[in-house]
Amino acid sequence: MDFTLKIWRQEGPQEQGRMETYPVTGITGDMSFLEMMDVLNDQLIRDGQDPVAFDHDCREGICGMCSMFINGEAHGPNRKTTTCQLHMRSFKDGETIYIEPWRAAAFPVVKDLAVDRSAFDRIIQSGGYVSVNSSGNPLDANAIPVPKADADDAFNAATCIGCGACVATCKNASAMLFVSAKVSQFALLPQGQPERMSRVQRMVDQMDKEGFGNCTNTGACEVECPKGISLDNIARMNRDYLKSKVTGE
Amino acid sequence: MTEMPKHSVALDAKIPEGDLADKWTNHKNSIRLVNPANKRLIDVIVVGTGLAGSSAAASLAEMGYNVKAFCFQDSPRRAHSIAAQGGINAAKNYQNDGDSVYRLFYDTIKGGDYRSREANVYRLAEVSANIIDQCVAQGVPFAREYGGLLDNRSFGGVQVSRTFYAKGQTGQQLLLGAYSALSRQISKGKVTMYNRHELMDVVVVDGKARGIIARNLTTGEIERHGAHAVVLCSGGYGNVFFLSTNAMGSNVSAAWKAHKKGAYMANPSYTQIHPTCIPVSGHYQSKLTLMSESLRNDGRIWVPKEQSDVEALRNGSLRPTDIPEERRDYYLERRYPAFGNLVPRDVASRAAKERCDAGFGVNEAGEAVYLDYASAIERYGRTEANVQGIPAPSMEKIRELGEAVVRAKYGNLFQMYEQITADNPYKTPMRIYPAVHYTMGGLWVDYNLQTTIPGLYACGEANFSDHGANRLGASALMQGLADGYFVLPYTIGDYLADDIRTGEVSTETPEFAEAEKAVQDRIEKLLGNDGKIPVDDFHRRLGRIMWNECGMSRNAEGLKKAIADIQALRSEFEKDVRVPGRADRFNPELDKAGRVFDLMELGELMCKDALERNESCGGHFREEYQTPEGEALRDDEGHAHVSAWAYTGVPAEATHHKEELTFDNVELKTRSYK
Repeated sequence: MDFTLKIWRQEGPQEQGRMETYPVTGITGDMSFLEMMDVLNDQLIRDGQDPVAFDHDCREGICGMCSMFINGEAHGPNRKTTTCQLHMRSFKDGETIYIEPWRAAAFPVVKDLAVDRSAFDRIIQSGGYVSVNSSGNPLDANAIPVPKADADDAFNAATCIGCGACVATCKNASAMLFVSAKVSQFALLPQGQPERMSRVQRMVDQMDKEGFGNCTNTGACEVECPKGISLDNIARMNRDYLKSKVTGE
Repeated sequence: MTEMPKHSVALDAKIPEGDLADKWTNHKNSIRLVNPANKRLIDVIVVGTGLAGSSAAASLAEMGYNVKAFCFQDSPRRAHSIAAQGGINAAKNYQNDGDSVYRLFYDTIKGGDYRSREANVYRLAEVSANIIDQCVAQGVPFAREYGGLLDNRSFGGVQVSRTFYAKGQTGQQLLLGAYSALSRQISKGKVTMYNRHELMDVVVVDGKARGIIARNLTTGEIERHGAHAVVLCSGGYGNVFFLSTNAMGSNVSAAWKAHKKGAYMANPSYTQIHPTCIPVSGHYQSKLTLMSESLRNDGRIWVPKEQSDVEALRNGSLRPTDIPEERRDYYLERRYPAFGNLVPRDVASRAAKERCDAGFGVNEAGEAVYLDYASAIERYGRTEANVQGIPAPSMEKIRELGEAVVRAKYGNLFQMYEQITADNPYKTPMRIYPAVHYTMGGLWVDYNLQTTIPGLYACGEANFSDHGANRLGASALMQGLADGYFVLPYTIGDYLADDIRTGEVSTETPEFAEAEKAVQDRIEKLLGNDGKIPVDDFHRRLGRIMWNECGMSRNAEGLKKAIADIQALRSEFEKDVRVPGRADRFNPELDKAGRVFDLMELGELMCKDALERNESCGGHFREEYQTPEGEALRDDEGHAHVSAWAYTGVPAEATHHKEELTFDNVELKTRSYK
């Protein structure tokens, strides 16, 4: 298959970016989208041009590092799929494909398609943990029974890979889905109860400080999330946040 | 080239005296401590933020040390531990099936084909239970039963259910747990986190590791970082094969730089080839995807018995579901009736290779076998029909119910398979083939996890310590967290106790200046090279050499040829590689060039190591050493040792040091899973 690629090129965070056009040929349907990008970069290097920078690592849909906005959708056209798990069989031969970085004020461009998502790390640092020391002697694991339904819901929330597709997709560049997934994981587990109210406040405050937008319940984040993180988490977080403000805990 | 340490280091594993079961407790009680006020005066560098690195950095910071942590990814949460699927072992005996610390120890020693240290493995088994307690306290959402207690599954190579799991995402959940502990310490200022930083060299001052040279991958800036000790948790080097289940960025550079500064590499050729991966599909394939070993609990592995069926499958005139039971060869069940589809990984991989080499591979390339879920779906479906009280259910209903059960257990794995292959694994058997997955070899460490450079430690996959010649499933996560949470934080104190009066380590010394200059010179050389060939091209060729000559089976002639080929490839790289871009910008090609060069040097040493080991053990199978039935033939008289290699300038001319392994608590047996 052959494609025409329109790719966002930007030298660095301060420079002006632009769309550039590149043809790629000899692509097969079994190639992943990133392997198609490898083919392009191989050509560019051989031609003495600057290859396209993009973030990627595990290439099996779990590390959350890949981050491309493809034809106007985070991680491309397929649902519940990261860019690295997207295969070229999902595109038509001869198609023009537009590839852009995540766009959000809180995610500045590093180069080309790679962005800085350290804002997510700082949100987790503000409270996305249970305050237990690892060098202590906690209780036997089975001394803390957790109803299976709660454990499953907590797990589902915890499967967020922190890729940022929710932010890139949201018209307000809101990080509510990401933050609420972590808040929910701990809100659903007995281990998370002691810090439940302070955690939600700290994490929401940090989210605001980082410059993410507000949530207007459009729901695009849930649709584009490669892990299918549910909007229910946002509702749960809003409830907890309101409760923490009202009760002043 | 950097200066070699002046003193020669004796290979003393420092195994504590006493009975096996008492060694760790006695050791903890007798090693020196650093008091809390003094810990605040001590800096420790941790390189890598996977399970070992995150847990080590968090634990050291909790204890009071000042920690600097480094990762090359854009966030510590992305380290490749995140991709581990199946589970984590622990000797909890929650299933009341006879498990114990001793049994986990024994299974691990046996699974490693008697090529690991008894004392280390026993300690690993001993702390395994604490890991689960710790992770649950952190809020790691493990799978649970309806009563609210933790669920277990069984895993390859053992006969008890001791594996804790979180669907097929156990590594993700454990790493996010360790990452949250790390994040907590970052927020307190006890850990300074350096994302998108790469270790470029280890700095040795007066024979001790005193810091690192790092490169900020975003700005290209070269930085000096001093510390009283350096801990490498930089993972494994499966990417030496180009195609592996490792992440694209996984590399050996941190360990290799340490090796060039005097740290010995131990058993580098011990590689784990995982039996259940999605087969290779084309030239530009960049990585292979693992299908969790847990799938072997319920799946059955087979190829056709008859060549005519193989042909029909390859040309598409027959579907696998058309082949009746009597024409299928469930070769693992046939060869190893006691363990069947649950034999250890090395055995399962070699058996698949044997069938494919004999011409029974089921894809076009002849390099695939079937992993079939039809009988599991039927079995679960019947049980479920009984539970739901459906009288005389139709076959269709049974399958529907069974598929739902399988979906709940392995849904994300099946979905991943379908995404990659566009085949529906609920309806047709999956095609799988072995792929490089893990490296048991690594930096040589003593019982304290210290390398041969004083003050330089290695944890997790980066060290060689616990898995011998073959790692059992669900033991990598166990070892990473054991090292980081429960071993290193204690043992490092014994060394740091001498540093309470040292004061801050200065980076304004000739050793730092020299290391920094060497790094800068190398970057300039790479960027200024007048070549035309991209880095990946060399990486791919290295991978082909390694896979053909130092992969699932090896022989002396091939290994010698591989060494010569790799040396030639390296000179070609120096002459012809093209590294685009600038030194002062985000430049992934430059990062890759440095890593691939180190992998080429390592590959050469791996072949040298495989050549020295005139026996077959675990993942190391030398064609010259096998039984008439094709099973591995170990040589306990001549090779019950760890091979530790010292760098001398050319990898193939490394000096060989031996650590003899003594077994006082287990009897060395021929590993039989029949």
